Amino acid sequence: MNLCTNISVAENIMLGREPARFGTIHWARMNELARKSIKRLNIDVDVTRPLGDYSVAIQQMIAITRALEILSAKVLILDEPTSSLDVHETNLLFDAMRKLKGEGIGIIFITHFLGQVYQVADRITVLRNGKLVGTYEAASLPRVELVAAMLGRSMTELDAISRVRSEGEEQKERQHLVEARGLGLTNKIEPLDLDLNANEVLGIAGLLGSGRTDLAGMIFGIDAPDKGSLVVDGEKADKVSPQQSLKRGIALCPEDRKAEGIVGDLTIRENIILALQARYGWFRFISVQKQHEIADEYIQLLGIVTPSADQLVKNLSGGNQQKVIVARWLATNPKVLILDEPTRGIDVGAKAEIQRLVMNLAEEGKSCVFISSELEEVLRVSNRIAVLRDRRKVAEYEGDVDDATIIHTMAGGEA
Amino acid sequence: MKNLTEFLRKFRESQLFWPLVAWALILMFNAIVEPGFFQLGIIDDPIYGKHLYGNLIDVFKNGAPLMLVAIGMTMVIATGGVDLSVGAVIAISAAMGAVLINPALGNELITNDILTRNATNTPLPIIILADLAAGTLCGLWNGLLVSRARIQPMVATLILMVAGRGIAQLITNGQIMTIYYTPYFWFGNGYILGLPVSIYIVGLILVLAWFLVRKTSIGLFIESVGINSKASFYSGIDEKNVKLLAYAFCGFCAAIAGLILSSYVHSADGNNNGLNYELDAILAVVMGGTLMTGGRFSLVASALGALVIWTFTVTIYTLGVPANALLAAKAVLVMLVIFLYSDYSRRLMSRISERRGSSQRAAN
Repeated sequence: MNLCTNISVAENIMLGREPARFGTIHWARMNELARKSIKRLNIDVDVTRPLGDYSVAIQQMIAITRALEILSAKVLILDEPTSSLDVHETNLLFDAMRKLKGEGIGIIFITHFLGQVYQVADRITVLRNGKLVGTYEAASLPRVELVAAMLGRSMTELDAISRVRSEGEEQKERQHLVEARGLGLTNKIEPLDLDLNANEVLGIAGLLGSGRTDLAGMIFGIDAPDKGSLVVDGEKADKVSPQQSLKRGIALCPEDRKAEGIVGDLTIRENIILALQARYGWFRFISVQKQHEIADEYIQLLGIVTPSADQLVKNLSGGNQQKVIVARWLATNPKVLILDEPTRGIDVGAKAEIQRLVMNLAEEGKSCVFISSELEEVLRVSNRIAVLRDRRKVAEYEGDVDDATIIHTMAGGEA
Repeated sequence: MKNLTEFLRKFRESQLFWPLVAWALILMFNAIVEPGFFQLGIIDDPIYGKHLYGNLIDVFKNGAPLMLVAIGMTMVIATGGVDLSVGAVIAISAAMGAVLINPALGNELITNDILTRNATNTPLPIIILADLAAGTLCGLWNGLLVSRARIQPMVATLILMVAGRGIAQLITNGQIMTIYYTPYFWFGNGYILGLPVSIYIVGLILVLAWFLVRKTSIGLFIESVGINSKASFYSGIDEKNVKLLAYAFCGFCAAIAGLILSSYVHSADGNNNGLNYELDAILAVVMGGTLMTGGRFSLVASALGALVIWTFTVTIYTLGVPANALLAAKAVLVMLVIFLYSDYSRRLMSRISERRGSSQRAAN
């Protein structure tokens, strides 16, 4: 927020436009002006106290007051103002918004909470992948259709599709590789039960902000869970960290390829052997010759397009970088492979290749977790689908499901 | 012919290229202006026996401590950090050595009896071990602050940079301690087969460090952590301990430098031993082509960078520039280095080589 918590409410509101008298600030007048402008939002605060004394919601509203005051604005844009507010505070903010609406001010409210959209919005504009999908009257747009628009399918289309899944899959013996019981992380993931089985792709579906990435990170140990228990391959996992997961045979291809995946200024070869070397530790060094063997093997296996294994990985295309990261983990021969948005930002051909690869890996006996915001993809690849909503696991589907059902579950609420 | 051009291209892209060019330039300057610079002679020293002497030998002998510190600093900078405390660690190491030797502590009156006794309070091997342990401990402290407490490297090592000189003075009880124990002088002044001992020490550490980073996976991990520490963590690399190791090694190198320096000047002075060494070492590492942001590094290139700095210093002295103008002269060197390594001059260089390449093709 663009406020200073250590100075008074009045100073914050009047910052840069303090009323002056004899070249110094006219404090009494400033406080009075601030009091007046605050009345507009019906909030009750002492303008002479430091801003930091008040809750985030009040601060939020002071920020709005300030914006209105400075510009005598006609349009107010609020970008995710409720993300750090609780229910009561959100309602306070919404009251203020409704009052401003009554005064004739236009408000653009950006949020990922669908419920809140329906609480305050009159019209809804949907954007997807940087493109305008459409603007709808809130009253005439059911929640499910909103989600369908966000995901890029029309409802009629969704209903028309009846999925024909290959029924020939013989019921293989279920082997639980990972059992999570009541596993949760405060403020990130509500406790949930989840099994990862061999020979199976588990899809995870959910809207943005539903906790997909946090769930993956929790199982892998980026942020270790603080509730519940995790059993990997029959052994209780006490300490969950990337290093431990590496030893237990759990791998994670992270969502943010650039920041969390590739090590750009290292070669493809070094990137591929990185996790394997980390598992071997400091003194069992993989000789350069052996590194080349491993790298060449995976370059061929995954079809990584590059003139040589000694290219810097940052010079590769997104799809090939993703394959390098998958190769890094396959080289450690993991039992469980978690892929978080493995197909984001890569071209269609590479996308299909990665999807096929995941299915093949599952067939070979690995357990794959496939996380994607493209539902179609999740449906195609997965044997089983867990649906997350608001940082909770709300459902698990197996076998035949159509995307309409899943979209209903992802959207939640009425419909 | 093709192999040669290939080799030349590889060489031009290697980290050794620029420091070698800089060194060659300074040596060429000397060859023209001060032909006596390259003269080597053999002298029969009453204490250390026959050995070589000359400006070049002096460069190696006096530059050895900086080369050592630069080698350690390279590891730290490669992880994306920096160690400002090496100068202070040099002082601590020197003070440890002096105190362990001198039987009379600090402000006690030193009698003639002690001065002439050529005695030590502690056996030499234990002095060495204590020195190295103290330096490594300082490095571990820095490493813990950076890797465990997650303090920014510059701030974390600033603590010891300031406190370290205080600690060194506490050890020597605030005195400049003169050392009278002859065997101790061997590190800074002795010769083996006519060459200064300190050269051998640098060589030994260089081989040790090279083995550590190229024959184990530590080098790969250091580079990986330096380039993308988050991705390294996600890949299961023990990034905390990788950083810890780099700082510990840097402290270790600084301790050896302190040993050689105090041995060279026969004294330990908490305020002045290794003064400004951290800055010279950083300059040497930068000259060696390691980025301050971390990543790819070359130990030999950094050592060469240190050598360039000392060749420059000795050149300035032989030109007869007064010692108090040295810092100003050094500033010129720094400016030159910064210019040479800037994006601007890099682009200029590649443009020139491109043009030459195309004109050659045209001639064919």
